[in-house]
Amino acid sequence: MKITFDWLKDHLSVSVKEEKLLEKLTDIGLEVESVENLSEGLDLFKVAKILKTEKHPNADRLKVCDVDVGEKEIKKVVCGAPNAREGLITVYAPPGAVIPKNKTKLVIAKIRDVTSYGMLCSESELNLSEESDGITELSSSKYNNSIGKSFFIQSSSNLIDLSITPNRPDCLGVRGIARDLAASGFGKLKQIKEKKIKSKKSQTIKVKITNEKNQGCFSFGSCLVTNVKNTESPKWLKDKLISIGQKPISAIVDITNYVMIDINRPLHAYDADKIEKGIIVRNSKSGEEFTALDNKTYKLEDDMCVISDDKGVLGLGGIIGGTRSGTEMDTQNVLIESAYFDPRSIRRTAKRLNIDTDAKFRFERGIDQLSIEEGLNKAAFLIKEICGGEISKIDIQKISTFKNPIIKFDPNSFEKVTGFKILTKDMLKILDNLGFTCKKDKKVFKLSIPSWRPDITQEIDVVEELVRIVGYDKIKIEEPIKERKKSTLTQTQKLFHFLQRSVASKGYLEAITWSFTDAKYNDHFKGQNDELKIVNPISSELGVLRNSIFSNLIMYMSKNIDRGFKDLSIFEIGPTFFGKQPGEQNIVVCGLSAGKKSRLSWLEKERSVDVFDIKKDVVQTLVEAGYDAEKFFIDDETPDYYHPGKSGRLFLNRGKESVAAYFGEIHPNIIKQIDMKTESLVGFEIFLDNLKLPKKSLKDQKTKYSVSDYQKSERDFAFIVDKKIKVQDLVNAVSNVDKNLISNIKVFDVYEGDNIPDNQKSIAISVTIQSQEKTLKEVDLDQINKSIIETVENKIGAKIRS
Amino acid sequence: MSDIKNIRDQFLSKLKNELSLDEINTIKTELFGKNGQISSLFKTVGSIPESDRKTFAADLNKIKDELQSLISEQIKEIETKEINQKLEKERVDITLPGRSFVRGKIHPVSQTIDEISSIFSEIGFSVEEGPDVENEYNNFTALNTPDNHPARDMHDTFYLDENKEVLLRTHTSPVQIRTMLKDKPPFKIIAPGRTYRSDSDQTHAPMFHQVEGLHIDKDINMGHLKGCLNYFIKEFFEVEKIKMRFRPSHFPFTEPSAEVDIGYEIKDGKIVIGEGDQWLEILGCGMVHPNVLKNVKVDPAKYQGYAFGIGIDRLAMLKYGINDLRAFFDCDYRWLNHFGFDPLDVPTNYRGLSR
Repeated sequence: MKITFDWLKDHLSVSVKEEKLLEKLTDIGLEVESVENLSEGLDLFKVAKILKTEKHPNADRLKVCDVDVGEKEIKKVVCGAPNAREGLITVYAPPGAVIPKNKTKLVIAKIRDVTSYGMLCSESELNLSEESDGITELSSSKYNNSIGKSFFIQSSSNLIDLSITPNRPDCLGVRGIARDLAASGFGKLKQIKEKKIKSKKSQTIKVKITNEKNQGCFSFGSCLVTNVKNTESPKWLKDKLISIGQKPISAIVDITNYVMIDINRPLHAYDADKIEKGIIVRNSKSGEEFTALDNKTYKLEDDMCVISDDKGVLGLGGIIGGTRSGTEMDTQNVLIESAYFDPRSIRRTAKRLNIDTDAKFRFERGIDQLSIEEGLNKAAFLIKEICGGEISKIDIQKISTFKNPIIKFDPNSFEKVTGFKILTKDMLKILDNLGFTCKKDKKVFKLSIPSWRPDITQEIDVVEELVRIVGYDKIKIEEPIKERKKSTLTQTQKLFHFLQRSVASKGYLEAITWSFTDAKYNDHFKGQNDELKIVNPISSELGVLRNSIFSNLIMYMSKNIDRGFKDLSIFEIGPTFFGKQPGEQNIVVCGLSAGKKSRLSWLEKERSVDVFDIKKDVVQTLVEAGYDAEKFFIDDETPDYYHPGKSGRLFLNRGKESVAAYFGEIHPNIIKQIDMKTESLVGFEIFLDNLKLPKKSLKDQKTKYSVSDYQKSERDFAFIVDKKIKVQDLVNAVSNVDKNLISNIKVFDVYEGDNIPDNQKSIAISVTIQSQEKTLKEVDLDQINKSIIETVENKIGAKIRS
Repeated sequence: MSDIKNIRDQFLSKLKNELSLDEINTIKTELFGKNGQISSLFKTVGSIPESDRKTFAADLNKIKDELQSLISEQIKEIETKEINQKLEKERVDITLPGRSFVRGKIHPVSQTIDEISSIFSEIGFSVEEGPDVENEYNNFTALNTPDNHPARDMHDTFYLDENKEVLLRTHTSPVQIRTMLKDKPPFKIIAPGRTYRSDSDQTHAPMFHQVEGLHIDKDINMGHLKGCLNYFIKEFFEVEKIKMRFRPSHFPFTEPSAEVDIGYEIKDGKIVIGEGDQWLEILGCGMVHPNVLKNVKVDPAKYQGYAFGIGIDRLAMLKYGINDLRAFFDCDYRWLNHFGFDPLDVPTNYRGLSR
């Protein structure tokens, strides 16, 4: 909502500086968004007279004009306007001036070798009208003595742009703002005596509101002004509209705009002669069409509130008028409409047709139902004053009658909500100033809500009004109590934080990427999931919810590689989605590692990152989080975005209940398809929701301390096994031989090739044997050796290598 | 006795020379070997007349100790010398780089969430969460924002179906609804998380982060709200004093509602919170609307309290001097490395939010 202090003063007696006003507006909840001096620099624009014109030597359509700008020196100005002629009084802008329309700053310029000092301006360039065909023509009788004077009247008033919250339709009018200010002690609201129409002429255009279901119009007031002469608005009116950044159009249109801004009463003016046999306010029928004032043709659906005549739709009530019945400069008879439309109906229609207009904005927030007559009175008298003509009686049709709502207000509720007290007397004064009428009813008050405040429906709204006007600075600070009754984080949340920092501590940079992604990337990683499309995405690259974090992560990894960072690890912890319903999401820790280890190292041989690097990161992270690596079970069934032979699936227990993690090389085809330039790319996903929470707290996790000081023995074995045999199975078999005595098993060699039959491999392990109770004798050790060999040979089908 | 003395003198003088390890070992054998001179003398102890035997044995032992310690001293000396000589050849250029390491970092948004949680933990808030995909009811209707409410237009919502029934939550406020429907009052929670609006420019990203706060009890009023936020802002920005301004505003789910500005100034191109006369909007808050309480079956006649919503990304930008919101989600290695935090820098109450 744009206002000026000057316009406010039409409604407010006040004698303070503008700065104070700005502070006050913000303090009472009418936030000042910006303050702009529209007239700044406008004093440079001068009334000037063309003394002589000559054809430009190098351009047929340009003229070189000698211009009298009231200074000694005659200015030479190059001008292309066809109407530039000797003797014309027009508007001159010198170098340095900023053209209001396009905000360009003029400089002394050579135009086809002729130097031009400034410019002669069209009305359009000065934002006076749409006229852009030639330069402004000022009447010589009026301006002959003003050559050299400033064209614009200086206004000291700044344009103040307020951010009005959607609950305050009343403050979409200057008077509403003035009322709020006055209630807060900033000036006094002027009592403006409403001039009422006292006509004997009746309004001859019949208006009917159909009484049907979902009728969006509750009342329709109208007034006919006959024999008018539409004209340019007088200067005071033009200035008023220009002062808030609006463009004057014609007197009739300007008057309706003025009334709308002044008291938030939207009006519509029809050319009465274009209305065919009266007005019917009714619901639209599907398929009806009309062309609106924005020059678009709208196809209507059922149940939209339309203003129509015998020939069809004239306009969408409270939203936009139609071209067929609009006023023009030659309009002779004007029908002014002042109606009330249901906010819900307005909103539904505007949304379905995707129209946004000033009237719609106001009606959907709720217009004062009792302002119908005031609007007609104001507009009709102004039309008569400016355009002449005769005013008819006011005609009001309605299907329901407005009654001010009454609510109960307990003064004690104020302190209960705000924590501080004000006197009941002061409360009543504020409410009175805001337009409430208060009646005492035992201990409470019965408040009649002003018709312009549809937002106030219950006691708490009244409390809000009071505390807003009294000032939020009066609210006392209650220091918070440092007391914790419930633990801050749940076990899952603790695990989230732990995994996040654990992964980062292994050299991964944490990234946060969008929860949506490019369907093209997502396709690679969605697995069995459905694609989850966003209906109105910001762009097609962000068109679907991500089924996996990999899609975004791999894209950004690729970008970083293109930036020249070859060896890089990044991760993200966040949601992935498997359905469109709330809760169909998982928390996943997803990491990627690219490039080489020890690249260009003087110390170590460089090598590509591989599946066992990423396996280490996954296993270590899970172990750090409190899971027992001894119990992990790993197989090679992984989603198709992993390398089929170099990836793994990890379960916390052999039971295979749910997948704790995947890890492995990213499928080379994907790397190729997204054209990523890296030597190696490995990744992992840890599924937080699939990790069983460690039930015990740290103190319970510390079991009784017991270690063995008896001698350890280490025995090495080399087995020849089938190539398909997994080391995990062999190690498990060995460890099951005697869980008490076998304390550790290390795999120190895996070999295929010479001396080993095809389809077989050699696995060498070192087994640590130690008793908790005694030093083992050679016989005991031999016994275990024998058992190990026997077990492995029987269960795994291995042969001890001799 | 003279024998013993002779041996002593003879070997002492021998040991005075600069000897090699081999030479010393030879001397050692000559003295203490199986047939060494001292060893041989010990064998004669039995044949010494009893009257002299004690003295003889004592003298012999004394000289044995003397020579033995001299020899072992010399051996030690030589060994040390030899090691030192060897080390002389083993020098490395210690300025050569060590084995390389990589540093991981925590994203500034995650760090900020941990800081926020730590601060609110101290005054008794616990952390709640909700899904990113919400239904229209929890995101709007239950929050007193029915379909016909113009405030809905202020949220540019991403929808997942044509009927506009499921959407990406536009704020963290639906977590209030979920929490209150699930449990019984009192409630004292914060809910940090991802939020979404179809808006994208230099200062808006289609995804951003908010933290919701909710405190409902029997007599929680606006003074408590002010106190809570005042405490939070002071702790978060790690300053002694802040300038805070509560400004009336409107949110459908709170009444009365406020926006909170903090005072700042620009010093040497950097923003300084708590000083100066510029105002910066950092959050929205208010007393939970009775209609919202009714929607979640909490009796507004018995319970009341406040709620607030803070933009996490914006807080992080202010605290850590980050200019561009879009960069948060661009995953540029250089940016993450520059603005990220060491994973060991966990914000806690006892060691403070930051180093």
